[in-house]
Amino acid sequence: MTQDNENKHNFNKLNHVAEEVLADSTKKKSIWQTMLIPALAILTGLILGAVIIISTSEEVYTGFQQSFGAGLSASWSAVANSYSSLFKGAFGDPAYIIESLRSGDALEIRRALNPFLESLVVATPYIFAGLAVALGFRAGLFNIGVEGQLFMGAIAATYVGYSIKGLPGFIHMPLALLAGAAGGAIWGFVPGWLKAKTGGHEVINTIMMNWIAFRLTEWLLTGPMTRPNAGRIPVSPIIEKSAEIPQFFKAPIRFHLGFFIALAVAYLIYWLLFKTTWGFNLRTVGANPRAAKYAGMNIARNTIMAMTISGALAGLAGANQVLAINRSMAIGLSSGYGFDSIALALLGNSHPFGVILGALFFGVLRNGATKMMVTTAIPIDIISILQALILMFVAAPAIIRAIYRIRKPKAGDEAVVFAGSWGGNK
Amino acid sequence: MTPVLELKGITKQFPGVLANDHIDLTLNKGEILVLLGENGAGKTTLMNILYGLYQPTEGEIWVEGKKIEVHSPTDAINAGIGMVHQHFMLIPVFTVTENVMLGDESTKAGGFLDPETAAQKIRHISNQYNLAVEPSAYVKDLPVGVQQRVEIIKLLYREADILIFDEPTAVLTPQEADELFVIMRELVNQGKSIIFITHKLREILDVSDRIMVVRRGKIVGETTPQEADQNKLAAMMVGREVQLDLEKSPAQLGETVLSVTDLTVTDDQKQITVDNVSLTVQSGEILGIAGVQGNGQTELVEAITGLRNPIDGKIEILGNNITHATPRQVTELGVAHVPEDRQRDGLVLSFPIYENLVLNTYYQEPYAKGVNLYYDRIYKNADQLIEDFDVRTPGASTPVGSLSGGNQQKVIIARELSRPIKFLVASQPTRGLDVGSIEYIHNRIVKKRDDGCAVMLVSPELDEIMKLSDRIAVMYRGKIIAVLDANKVTKEEVGLWMAGINPNDSKNNNRESANNQKI
Repeated sequence: MTQDNENKHNFNKLNHVAEEVLADSTKKKSIWQTMLIPALAILTGLILGAVIIISTSEEVYTGFQQSFGAGLSASWSAVANSYSSLFKGAFGDPAYIIESLRSGDALEIRRALNPFLESLVVATPYIFAGLAVALGFRAGLFNIGVEGQLFMGAIAATYVGYSIKGLPGFIHMPLALLAGAAGGAIWGFVPGWLKAKTGGHEVINTIMMNWIAFRLTEWLLTGPMTRPNAGRIPVSPIIEKSAEIPQFFKAPIRFHLGFFIALAVAYLIYWLLFKTTWGFNLRTVGANPRAAKYAGMNIARNTIMAMTISGALAGLAGANQVLAINRSMAIGLSSGYGFDSIALALLGNSHPFGVILGALFFGVLRNGATKMMVTTAIPIDIISILQALILMFVAAPAIIRAIYRIRKPKAGDEAVVFAGSWGGNK
Repeated sequence: MTPVLELKGITKQFPGVLANDHIDLTLNKGEILVLLGENGAGKTTLMNILYGLYQPTEGEIWVEGKKIEVHSPTDAINAGIGMVHQHFMLIPVFTVTENVMLGDESTKAGGFLDPETAAQKIRHISNQYNLAVEPSAYVKDLPVGVQQRVEIIKLLYREADILIFDEPTAVLTPQEADELFVIMRELVNQGKSIIFITHKLREILDVSDRIMVVRRGKIVGETTPQEADQNKLAAMMVGREVQLDLEKSPAQLGETVLSVTDLTVTDDQKQITVDNVSLTVQSGEILGIAGVQGNGQTELVEAITGLRNPIDGKIEILGNNITHATPRQVTELGVAHVPEDRQRDGLVLSFPIYENLVLNTYYQEPYAKGVNLYYDRIYKNADQLIEDFDVRTPGASTPVGSLSGGNQQKVIIARELSRPIKFLVASQPTRGLDVGSIEYIHNRIVKKRDDGCAVMLVSPELDEIMKLSDRIAVMYRGKIIAVLDANKVTKEEVGLWMAGINPNDSKNNNRESANNQKI
């Protein structure tokens, strides 16, 4: 009898293991399925980008005037030149890298790799800002105020960075970062509180808060926080050395600790969302507020906390730029990180790890585009068009499915997380 | 005579599931063919193939003796096949005419819309089949039953001869369902042919000419209403003998668990929907709340479970005043709630089963300590409950949204009944479920009662109330107008009470009064 029981127990155990293996394999498959649409969206975006490059290139027109063949070859070389310089600008010139590795000169190697390191530098604020938007989406909130929260974070970090003197770096820098998070958090808290208490829509309120943030920073930079003897230029004093986020190498290589801080924060957000009761609350409220209420969750508190943390992440993006790169605050702090990060969060399916991938991709594009503009005279705006196209394809997966004839997944398997808040659920 | 429709060897293979397995089906002119089967048996897949929403892996479709290819609903409509969906495809702010014209607009010279001609045609159709639909009415102002008739008109307007009704009675009141059956009979009398998909046994025998039973993607039998009865049909459908009647022992009454005193609750529009209601539920008994939907039951349940704040009165559970308590405080007193709308309130469809199974206990030990969630324990809990409650799923990480309705409900039942509870509020616990699941859930509820739990069952299905309840409270226009002993009252009497009529007032009624006690 005991033998029997033991056999049964063993059998159950075996069964369980088999089930787990099965579950694991379906999980893996679903990761690939999740990645498929963004990957194809990027591919399609690049192809359409090529079409735009061809149709705007002077050489192609003159080529076609001569002969069809010349036109074709001009088209090909326009696209090849653009994308290869984009690639070199983003990852470095492979030939140069190999040569430098052969020579064994440390300085040469760093210089050869710098384009790639620079891509990581550009990606860093995207990681923070993308996390801010993604967290909002997971909670069912559409935070369009990331840009404004980023400005408030930057201004707070700047203030702490230059006004406090004589602190050691290991205290001053984290303190300035925290100040940045706090600045953004306040700017996220206000629309969150308004939504929770009055039902005021966060999309409207975060847009309004953006304008307040822009004008407020302009005033601060020309008034109370202006740099002495800078004339009327709106720029802040330079931050203390002790507040700087350290760069790993000598100039001009700007690669800095902030990138790793961003990765750590992304992991923290992942843990928060998927391994804690708090994240369970937040995701449930985001996915089905009625069920959340039924399950005894406090929707108002969740909304406020989600917006506050989202704002804090955006604030970190701004603080990172000031403390690691710019060393002071000016009006042109952000090249639209707050808005690009919406696209990025969608590309990354509102998952922290997806956000990292999306941010790296945007970093590569933005950084490579600078080089492309210099060498091929193709305007950097092509990158904005590329980003817009990719976003469009990610947001409308039906187009991608139709182009590549991918079958629609079953209901419930569809993993795109997007705020349902235009529907007006409180 | 050639059949109007013939399906030959239709097979549909989904990854991992054979949804239809060589199905042969013929539909003759002027008949109502019932396609009976449990949820997930493959009825809807078959009809979606016929309607061009899916492509079959194998098989042919023949209409009027000609083989056709159906690649889209447009192809189906062109072949004279129309479908009345369970969920209406109507635009509420448009008029009937506008809705019917949509996608098939009649125009005047110059491309201008011509609603008059369309309205004329709709009026003609409406008269021909006794549909009584006014073309100029706005859809949002129409009762559900009439909205369904607008759907039917849409098909007739497009000259469909083969009409498919996908579970049409799920959204209707019993009276509306009866009216629908009259209309269906009228349609076939005038030469249309109907395929009627359902899993409700009672209505089949009234309305069908022929019955085909689908189980696990196959046709397992064909019969007629003359030679079948409910028990036989249930057995064919489920594949085993089903116990339609429930045997339950007399209630062993214990302490008072729920006590509601002079409760008044308003709805979202601030209208009083629960009006000065008092009732009690004791441990070991099932109190059934009978009543036509919309008489305040929803708000009563929401007030008791903490989802809605009452404006007056008092609610006590085991002596604790919970009148203004939060849902979590109510849950923690040992109250389980099976909500009326499982997809809207009870589940997060995009979440996996294991997360849905801890939706209201995730923050407690053993699943959590502080803010840390212990997912290994959450998985283990899910594996156990899936086995105990017979949830049919490929695994615990399947999103709940991809389960069938019956299995979704089992997830809720598993979550709520597996806790140590003292009071169960079950609101329409078997809505839209098939016979097998209904039987299962009823047994579970009765078992909970026998274990000493107090149960409040809210259902507009009179059969369900009669079968499960020990006492029946009838709710009518926000008031409890009668509390009846379930053993001493007949179904007809409860039905009269539900319509707001006191059967004892009638002069012809000389029988012993229905033991109508007031609490």
